Amino acid sequence: MGEFTLSCPVPITQSPTILMAHGSGGTMMHRLLETMFLPAFQNDELLAQHDGASFNINGARLAFTTDSFVVRPLFFPGGDIGSLAVNGTVNDLAMCGARPLYLSAGFILEEGLPMDSLERVVASMRAAAETAGVHIVTGDTKVVDKGKGDGLYINTSGIGVVEHDLTIAPQSVRPGDSVILSGDIGRHGMAVMAVREGLEFESQIESDCAPLASPVLALLDAGIAVRCLRDLTRGGLATTLVEIARSARLHIHIHEDAIPVLEDVRGACEILGLDPMYVANEGRFIAFVPPEDRDRALDILGASAAHIGDVTEANDSLVTLKSTIGATRIVDMLSGEQLPRIC
Amino acid sequence: MKYIDEYRDAQAVRRFARAIERITTREWQIMEVCGGQTHAIVKFGIDELLPPQITLLHGPGCPVCVTPVELIDKAVEIASRPNVIFTSFGDMLRVPGTRGDLFAAKAGGGDVRIVYSPLDALRLAQANPDKQVVFFAVGFETTAPANAMAVYQAARQNVTNFSILVSHVLVPPAIEAILGSPDNRVQGFLAAGHVCAVVGYEEYYPLAAKYHVPFVVTGFEPLDILQGVYMLTRQLESGRAEVENQYARCVARQGNRPAQAIVSDVFQIVPRKWRGIGEIPRSGLGLRPAYAQFDAERRFDLVEYTAEESPDCISGEVLQGKVKPNQCPAFGTLCTPEHPLGATMVSNEGACAAYYRYRRLELQPHG
Repeated sequence: MGEFTLSCPVPITQSPTILMAHGSGGTMMHRLLETMFLPAFQNDELLAQHDGASFNINGARLAFTTDSFVVRPLFFPGGDIGSLAVNGTVNDLAMCGARPLYLSAGFILEEGLPMDSLERVVASMRAAAETAGVHIVTGDTKVVDKGKGDGLYINTSGIGVVEHDLTIAPQSVRPGDSVILSGDIGRHGMAVMAVREGLEFESQIESDCAPLASPVLALLDAGIAVRCLRDLTRGGLATTLVEIARSARLHIHIHEDAIPVLEDVRGACEILGLDPMYVANEGRFIAFVPPEDRDRALDILGASAAHIGDVTEANDSLVTLKSTIGATRIVDMLSGEQLPRIC
Repeated sequence: MKYIDEYRDAQAVRRFARAIERITTREWQIMEVCGGQTHAIVKFGIDELLPPQITLLHGPGCPVCVTPVELIDKAVEIASRPNVIFTSFGDMLRVPGTRGDLFAAKAGGGDVRIVYSPLDALRLAQANPDKQVVFFAVGFETTAPANAMAVYQAARQNVTNFSILVSHVLVPPAIEAILGSPDNRVQGFLAAGHVCAVVGYEEYYPLAAKYHVPFVVTGFEPLDILQGVYMLTRQLESGRAEVENQYARCVARQGNRPAQAIVSDVFQIVPRKWRGIGEIPRSGLGLRPAYAQFDAERRFDLVEYTAEESPDCISGEVLQGKVKPNQCPAFGTLCTPEHPLGATMVSNEGACAAYYRYRRLELQPHG
């Protein structure tokens, strides 16, 4: 088809300015990475597009990652920006199959931030670091004018050591692999949304914020041939599955009724017209394992883990879902943030 | 989850699908009017369970889809002004006008906020007396009562910095426009349950009689929709054209009288332009003269916009059930959710977006 002029809906993917959707984990963000950052910095480690980079130094295999935290509110049921900042980076290292060791912490503080808020955040970081078995060994502090920050932003970077020979990456996923989800989804996003928007539900939804290194290392120590790991943060389970199906150039088929979602989270999502599959998590991951290792992996991860689907032969890079009523449909990435519906 | 899972029970769903198959002897074209129903049909894959003789056509019931592009432009203009807090339900923020969407207005420095109720917007106005707070009042009969209540409360409490940008539309006039079209294909309607919960279903009796088409007031869960299709098919097969109520657990024939009272106190019936269809007489709600001071279009002295849809977009025909989304040559190629040519590809509830998101595996564009 030749050229044509648009006189209605303008394609907003080519925005001349940064939009919130560029940070949402959806297609807008992926396009930003693909058109801006990857070509600018390209190297093999970056192009692997994993949660962190892995490389060899003097015989040791290391994993390295970084993450910035801009959550509002700073404190929410089940966690705060401090525990999030430690666990987020610990989890990115864990998803490389690494044992997390050392973290850095950079603080961007807004003028006027109450000192006791900072104290609470720092105490929470210390506790989270102890739980995860990591040390915060270097850091930085900057202060910005009042109104130029949301109280407090934190960046953490982390180094871990890889103590196995597996290549944990989408490229290692094979047809027939089982997809295992480590626990119920959607809690973190709904907990934060409830506080941020002043939504009141019958019971309080707590964030699932947690370090994931122990369960991952338990899988590796037990000799499970883990093919790929990914923690479910922005964009939720659906986005993560689509990312992996695309990178692996395979088809993933999942079963909606196998995906654990807490009653309260489902209820809150129903009310707001949101799909828990796209809601953020901070303490959940999916593991791709060979079918013969599936039951052992489930045993190790405990009762909250579930086998939600399988990788199939088709090389269409798609994710499909068998709905609760038995029909099959596509699972896609959202273009931006999930928005509450009108009615 | 109680009162949800019962209506998504896989066994019961299959029983209903079989029952529909048993009573279907010939081809029927059925339209579900509401975008929420379209979304549920495609998300759960309900149409896959129906016999091949039954075609579901997706109607003009997505408020995001039918809001005219000029109004989006007006919203963007108001939201971009200083000292304005522009509030809206979430899914209106991504609908592009001719000069970008409300997200872009926010990125440009506009104070654009998602609210969950127009009363939240009113509270925002009370908390920010030095700002103009505007609520984007779109939607069908379902959202009208709460929007009317916000204006009514603003008047009663003398909140002078609150206004609404109104584009309310009404379902029955749109149905009549579809039925009156010479190339209409629709033989029966699943009427939107939540609209009827507010306004009742008296209005459908004259339509059923005049055009000899059956109506079934239908809910939004898979079993609701299948039961609605079953009741409608039974009517079609026996040549009846009656108004029936599948959604009796929520809908009374007379509707919700207090809600109707507040709507008619604040709003009056006006002609309204529908995106993709054009102007339909007596098809919308506008503020009554007594509440004109709360009309954002007056308050902000806006220039008149006119905007045309893309010539490649046939969303008007999709909204009237004349073609299926995948029968559009642009579907999935020139037109995707990230690059929408028309409103139906924008909203989650839009028929094209629903097809794209859930069904493009088996639905390749024609041509």
